[in-house]
Amino acid sequence: MELFKPIPAAAGTNQEFSMPSILTCDDCGKQSLAALVHLNGSTCPFCGGLFRMPARARIAMLADADTFIETDETLTSTDPLKFPKYSEKLKKAKADSGLTDAIVTGTCAIEGYPAALAVMDSYFMMGSMGAVVGEKICDLAEIALAKRLPLIIVSASGGARMQEGMISLLQMTRTTMAVNKLGDAGLLYVSVLTHPTTGGVTASFAMQGDVILAEPKALIGFAGPRVITQTVNEELPDAFQKAEYLYQQGMIDGIVKRGELKAALAQILALHADNREASHDQ
Amino acid sequence: MTNRQTKGEQARAWDCIKNARLQDRPQTRDYIRAMADEFFEVHGDRTLGEDAAMVTGVGRIGGQVFTIIGHQKGHTIEERKLCNFGMPHPSGYRKSMRAIKQAEKFNRPILCLVDTPGAFCGVDAEERGQGNVIAEHLSCIASAKVPVISVVIGEGGSGGALAIAIADKLLMMENTYFSVITPEGCASILFKDASKAEIAAESLALTPADLIRLGMADGIIREDDDFSLDNMKGTTDRLKAAVLGALAELSGRNPEALVQARYQRSLNMKGF
Ligand SMILES: [Zn+2]
Repeated sequence: MELFKPIPAAAGTNQEFSMPSILTCDDCGKQSLAALVHLNGSTCPFCGGLFRMPARARIAMLADADTFIETDETLTSTDPLKFPKYSEKLKKAKADSGLTDAIVTGTCAIEGYPAALAVMDSYFMMGSMGAVVGEKICDLAEIALAKRLPLIIVSASGGARMQEGMISLLQMTRTTMAVNKLGDAGLLYVSVLTHPTTGGVTASFAMQGDVILAEPKALIGFAGPRVITQTVNEELPDAFQKAEYLYQQGMIDGIVKRGELKAALAQILALHADNREASHDQ
Repeated sequence: MTNRQTKGEQARAWDCIKNARLQDRPQTRDYIRAMADEFFEVHGDRTLGEDAAMVTGVGRIGGQVFTIIGHQKGHTIEERKLCNFGMPHPSGYRKSMRAIKQAEKFNRPILCLVDTPGAFCGVDAEERGQGNVIAEHLSCIASAKVPVISVVIGEGGSGGALAIAIADKLLMMENTYFSVITPEGCASILFKDASKAEIAAESLALTPADLIRLGMADGIIREDDDFSLDNMKGTTDRLKAAVLGALAELSGRNPEALVQARYQRSLNMKGF
């Protein structure tokens, strides 16, 4: 489902990107106004095809009304390497998306079950992971640990944000260790993969969930399709790296339609709620 | 070797890249031969196969037994093909995880030698979950209850290198680099021009000195001017002393404190 072109080119990298006002459905080819689409579960009004969902729309869909309390809402990149043109791109991404970086984090209730929730936003520099994304996930994991909450991360990312060089690569380490700590404490971590999840995010926290779910047709992989095509010099099969294909390969637990995601998460939270209480009593 | 920077000068990024990629530069097996008194190699991931791009085994260095894990690129064209040019498949990382688990079981420190352009990007690697296995490997090494010392001996190519570079001490040989993406890849994506790789290399902050400055690496091992396959001893003696010194610093900590310190170390590398 290539909704916007160019899609991320390389494992662990991001593309320049800006928020479009008109979206073209990859399934039926029809165009819709982005503002209206995002009021409707970011789905195509003509055929029900999925567009990328902005983080705030996703949170509104998953969290019970008025329960989401945002964390680290002002955290923003300092352009640590003074990378060419990065600060201009950041400024534009912030203006286009209304976000400070490619993730929104906080605590909330889902069908009454308390949870820590992080949602990535591919409209912000292709959802690439730099220091801010890493820091917000680590902070949220610490909050989850302190309050003994399950953690849910909804990923959408082209991979590491190369404008932050090794600092972005290191976020793979930091987020890995943060979710490891939750695991050591007996806390649940659910990873939800949405279109697209690739590169350093796939190769770290996105694939470390106790339960890993994906949205239909989401592109999920380590290397992007273009890199693989260049490497192997052959056409890739249609289904390659799609959620359905990963499911067949045994890499994920299930594929859940967007409209059913909240109920699925609530069920998983419910099944682990006793465990959470039991651990709490120790 | 060619293109070495003048002694005392800080290496230019592009020189580090060129030197790190030299085909006759010493590789994991060469370091093991030069540093270990004995080495027993273990093979196979017990699931899918054997991956020559990843060397794993048990060796004795200066009287201390280590689990040794390293990428191997190969020198001759035959060896390079066999090793897939140092780009591991998922089975290489699975083999490495076996080695880490055994290191924990037998309570011996882990020495990792990093030298890969990156994890392999191909259809079969994706089919077998390259992303999943690297994620699992990061988690495995991050929680290893024994000291982990990593040395970048050549190319530190992105996630495929990071998998064995999460460590309590990270050392870098003088003429190496560690980067989130190849400078060529970065240039073609961001500057739409692969020939601007040298500029990208400077911008990415990937030299040993950059990593020290960013608080990610702990030391740089100086290479002799004539450091080569035929003349490793002076340089590897320094490396050996640095590795054993790092281990002496780390030993005595209990396993939980070790893992906690590794976590704290990563938290401190904020990037703000
Ligand atoms: Zn449609």
